[in-house]
Amino acid sequence: MATTETMTLNMGPQHPSTHGVLRLVLELDGEVIVKVTPHIGYLHRGIEKLSEHRTYHQILPLTDRLDYLAPMSNNLGYILAVEKLMDVQVPERAETIRIIMAELTRLQSHLVWIACHALDIGAMTVFIYAFRERETVMEIYELISGARMTSNFFRVGGLSQDVPDEFVKKVSDFIDVMPGYLDQYEGLLTTNPIWLKRTVGNGFISAEDAIDLGLTGPALRGSGVDWDLRRDNPYGGYEKYQFKVPVGEKCDTFDRYKVRLVEMREACKIIRQGLDKLKPGPVLADYPQVCYPPKENVYNSIEGLIHHFKIASEGFPAPEGEVYQGVEAPKGELGFYIVSDGGNKPQRFRIRPPSFVNLQSIEKMSLGTMIADLVAVIGTLDIVLGEIDR
Amino acid sequence: MKEKFAASIIDVVEFRGEVTVTVKKDSIIDVLMFLKQSLQYNLLTDLTAVDYLGKKEDRFMMVYQLYSIPNKDCVRIKTPVSEADCRIPTATQVWRTANWLERETYDLFGITFDQHPDLRRILMTEDWVGHPLRKDYPLQGPDREPYKGRLS
Repeated sequence: MATTETMTLNMGPQHPSTHGVLRLVLELDGEVIVKVTPHIGYLHRGIEKLSEHRTYHQILPLTDRLDYLAPMSNNLGYILAVEKLMDVQVPERAETIRIIMAELTRLQSHLVWIACHALDIGAMTVFIYAFRERETVMEIYELISGARMTSNFFRVGGLSQDVPDEFVKKVSDFIDVMPGYLDQYEGLLTTNPIWLKRTVGNGFISAEDAIDLGLTGPALRGSGVDWDLRRDNPYGGYEKYQFKVPVGEKCDTFDRYKVRLVEMREACKIIRQGLDKLKPGPVLADYPQVCYPPKENVYNSIEGLIHHFKIASEGFPAPEGEVYQGVEAPKGELGFYIVSDGGNKPQRFRIRPPSFVNLQSIEKMSLGTMIADLVAVIGTLDIVLGEIDR
Repeated sequence: MKEKFAASIIDVVEFRGEVTVTVKKDSIIDVLMFLKQSLQYNLLTDLTAVDYLGKKEDRFMMVYQLYSIPNKDCVRIKTPVSEADCRIPTATQVWRTANWLERETYDLFGITFDQHPDLRRILMTEDWVGHPLRKDYPLQGPDREPYKGRLS
């Protein structure tokens, strides 16, 4: 009689469909997965440790490098945490621009997700299309911050500088055409029999399991849990915006795909509301103990120069206490937990990365499926290793 | 909660609208279980530790961020862990989320979680010596000259 035994297969860390340096050790019975063991940490840079040795302003550039596909969402979460700690009120214009940029970032991150997810499953055209649209967002990034990916544009108390005049037109033009592009992607995928075969029923996770495993963001909403931090615990001015929170029903990869597509349409609506609200005004809070002075003062007066020097070199002392600020990043709840001992550097700086926690459910989602389905599960979880390994 | 666990609550702090409850280590799992089952704190948002080397009597502080999806409300539970007895019961029996978060805390702080199903290092390599997020661990890593600035 023939005997069978399981086979161990290594996947990654250099593998095109593991989205970076994720390594999975699979135990296989034929082509069916019996066990998945993720190994992470290949991109660990010790950002939490580094941050304990930097002043609050100096930490900001490090947060760009967490989820490098959504730098402004990371910036937003971090500065909101510091602003909560310091009790800073942000001018309205800065708040509005932050929300416009955070939603553009959501669009950008979801565009990369749909591109890579579809490519993993074999639909190459969507990849090319989505990266074309992402390019426009990158150009807007470059226009306002000078950088395409590591933007470092927000500041504690507002923004590093006001946006240029052509910003409004450029963003407005983009969100005018974006829904049409989304229709194109849907035309290519939503009723495509291959796409349906690969995603419907794949990566099932019930709402109960999803909450127990700590899933957040679109992955949780795909399982039918109606929860969005932007609506339920508004931060940074989101209470002034109207938007729908899409919820899935069947808890599978296809529903998570639909949730993210609706989120992109809603992001366009939020950006439109933001552009309508945008009025001239200051973009940095008048709080000299904490915020940088306006650049005109730095260049034209000795007081401004000294002020800038003090803030840049010494930072500011934060009151003793601890704050946690969670934001709805494109991948899920991104949280920053800062413990201050009264000094100008945090005693403990903790990042709650959505991808790290979401990745835990890969085993639950992929047991008993084929290797090819595991690739779809990795795509639907929408992980970024920069954030997982920190 | 105050009534039920009066004997084990060390203090309750409110700062910037966030409630932090510090409880004794022996009752931490009972407190978490009670919060999950009776007060609907069903989502474990975050689990981590803080190192208070030389600042507090008990060196480490375990931090649990809880969130209630039905009530849209969060609370922070903390419990002190001393360096001499650097272990705490695992929260994986309450939430499966705690699995990797506790592995990370074990990896970076060296706190042992009793009855954890799979307590291995997660971010650092398996043969790594030391726990990087401890305050007495050098920023540059072991066996290296400390960085003295760009011009040194």
